[in-house]
Amino acid sequence: MNDMSRVERAVEIKQTKMECRDCHVYYGDTHAIKNVNVDIEDKTVTAFIGPSGCGKSTFLRCLNRMNDTIAGARVEGSFMLDGEDIYDKRVDPVQLRAKVGMVFQKPNPFPKSIYDNVAYGPRIHGLARNRAEMDEIVEKALRRGAIWDEVKDRLDAPGTGLSGGQQQRLCIARAIATEPEVLLMDEPCSALDPIATAQVEELIDELRQNYSVVIVTHSMQQAARVSQKTAFFHLGQLVEFGETGQIFTNPEDPRTESYITGRIG
Amino acid sequence: MPTLWLVLFLLLLSTLGFFAGRARALKSAGGDPRKLHSLPVYYGLNVALSGLVPALGVLAVWLLAQPMLIDTRVSSLLPEDSIPADLTRDLVMSDVRRVAEGLDIAVGQGALSEAEVGALKAGSSDIRARLGEVGVALGSDVRPEVLAAARSYRALSHTGTLVMAAVVAGLSLAGLAWSYARTHRDYRARNVVERGVLALLILAASLAILTTIGIVLSMLFETANFFGLHDWRDFFFGSTWAPNFRGDSELSILPLLWGTLYISLIALLVSVPIGLFAAIYLSEYAGKATRSFAKPLLEILAGIPTIVYGLFALLTVGPMLADIFGKGGALGVDWMAGATSVLTAGVVMGIMLIPFVSSLSDDIINAVPQSMRDGSLGLGATRSETVRSVVLPAALPGIVGAVLLAASRAIGETMIVVMGAGAIAKFSLNPLESMTTITTRIVSQLTGDTDFASPETLVAFALGLTLFVLTLGLNVLALYIVRKYREQYE
Ligand SMILES: Nc1ncnc2c1ncn2[C@@H]1O[C@H](COP(=O)(O)OP(=O)(O)OP(=O)(O)O)[C@@H](O)[C@H]1O
Ligand SMILES: [Mg+2]
Repeated sequence: MNDMSRVERAVEIKQTKMECRDCHVYYGDTHAIKNVNVDIEDKTVTAFIGPSGCGKSTFLRCLNRMNDTIAGARVEGSFMLDGEDIYDKRVDPVQLRAKVGMVFQKPNPFPKSIYDNVAYGPRIHGLARNRAEMDEIVEKALRRGAIWDEVKDRLDAPGTGLSGGQQQRLCIARAIATEPEVLLMDEPCSALDPIATAQVEELIDELRQNYSVVIVTHSMQQAARVSQKTAFFHLGQLVEFGETGQIFTNPEDPRTESYITGRIG
Repeated sequence: MPTLWLVLFLLLLSTLGFFAGRARALKSAGGDPRKLHSLPVYYGLNVALSGLVPALGVLAVWLLAQPMLIDTRVSSLLPEDSIPADLTRDLVMSDVRRVAEGLDIAVGQGALSEAEVGALKAGSSDIRARLGEVGVALGSDVRPEVLAAARSYRALSHTGTLVMAAVVAGLSLAGLAWSYARTHRDYRARNVVERGVLALLILAASLAILTTIGIVLSMLFETANFFGLHDWRDFFFGSTWAPNFRGDSELSILPLLWGTLYISLIALLVSVPIGLFAAIYLSEYAGKATRSFAKPLLEILAGIPTIVYGLFALLTVGPMLADIFGKGGALGVDWMAGATSVLTAGVVMGIMLIPFVSSLSDDIINAVPQSMRDGSLGLGATRSETVRSVVLPAALPGIVGAVLLAASRAIGETMIVVMGAGAIAKFSLNPLESMTTITTRIVSQLTGDTDFASPETLVAFALGLTLFVLTLGLNVLALYIVRKYREQYE
């Protein structure tokens, strides 16, 4: 019986959650993303790696239309979420962002209490019927964000008063409180110590049970540890995309190899 | 006039010093500027500044001190019994100064020669008429003691000015010579000039502060005079503002304060919502094109002189309100007697304050980091939800500061209320009635025939001081709030 289920899981075919085809992004005259094709699978962690300025954040922001808020940014190509074009005129970017959550490169807690920071998303989307339910949502999110023990006694303290690493975990908790289907994380661990990093990686692994996670990282070890798929970007182009194991052990492109062995970057 | 020539002379000297110093420095380096410690220009500046700054400093102090010293001196020469019973020593002294000044002018215009001045006799020659010919009007005939005092006054100032010119010129020359002698290729002219510049800046800053203190002190002085003549309890706690010249005026600030606050309140009710919403639109919604065109437009509104707003109140808003609320108006009610009312002035003042509120709020809203908005939008909030729940709360303390600054401007505004609010001091809740404010009463108490010894005139200073304290308090509060808010992000 046990053996059977293990076999079943191994052959389980992952569904494609997001499908991106012929994507281009321009900032005014700068061509920041050039013809990128990526499939984000459901219940999978996808890592974006690449040297600084290669367009990882830019591409990530396309996935929940955050580029809409940047004056002068222009996005082309097709981005499908569950077979629906997210750039279609009928799609409300606000609804989309509730489904595709985001954790930013720099921690950005609101100047509100820790509780209100986490309750922010559930409140605007009306996820709780009463205070008790909200308390529950907040506690669960903070626990999953690996910060509950540090803040449970001071939920009324301002979120901006936390340390940088705590702020980042608070932002992660804030993002998962709305139960997104896809979670985009832009270098979530760049301000964290190794212990908190390990906790966040554990969280990512746990999130994989239900959601798909896209994570941008500069740490090769982290990409290798947490992700199943890896995409390597270079100068706005997607150089290589495939199974993490394969990218790290047997890359096809010489540029990928030199990057992960530390020769370009 | 001699002072102007003196300053010009100093400037000329230091210009010469500049070139001489620069030339000497270059020469000491054998004509190669690279061998100098500092750029050649610094050596020139060093010489020029040491010729100019100490001399100008002494000149300034001297100009302030000389009249005071001469005044005391001449005043002590006036015998006690030469002062008429109905005059004070100060008044006689001001006569003396006036005569002395008149004689100076007469001599300057050539109407009198020095010798003729010496020969003038108070009894026989008609000094008043002769000075009248050169444009100096005297209040009464010149008495012999006054003429004598005026003569010694002139003599003293003449000597004083001569000595001053000599001292200042000598100081300048000494400074020039001293720093010229020290000019050498290894001399650290650059550092010395740096210190000189610092001294200049400190001087400018302390002048600004000193004048403020001076203004406050003079107000305090006159206010103290006023309270010597009038009961302070009536001023602060009375209920009527009714100045007259029979000596039983009721001069209470309360009705005026009420008018001031009422009009300011209406102005804020108009300007804060409109200004704030305009700022939110401009900073959160408007595209680059709209912004680049709407913002300067709003700022033009801020540049309109308040007297023009006053005309607007008088000619447009007032009659319009009267057409609505007045007799035979659109509403068919008779609530408004004339065009001037609290509402007229308040609305126009509100319009005046819109750009003030909006540009301050715009700055404050823009100071909220973009990452806050990203965080909120990234959680699926709409733009207005983001503005309401993240941007405005974060900017709130700053906005409160902006509102307080606007309030202090409203309280101090004069022209619009003079023209729009009327001149009746009273307590009333009806915004369609005329009322008056502290500022307009200050103007009216000080214009026309004024006698600086009567409480009706001096009350203006007490009013002014109260106004000053009020706006100062608001400004300090606003700055405190704004500063506290800044700490959050920096
Ligand atoms: N708002 C913007 N306006 C104009 N150009 C931009 C903007 N944001 C990014 N770019 C440009 O787009 C390119 C990709 O930037 P992006 O932020 O996506 O890089 P990144 O891969 O995330 O780098 P990093 O690892 O340093 O975060 C860069 O050349 C950058 O200069
Ligand atoms: Mg980035």
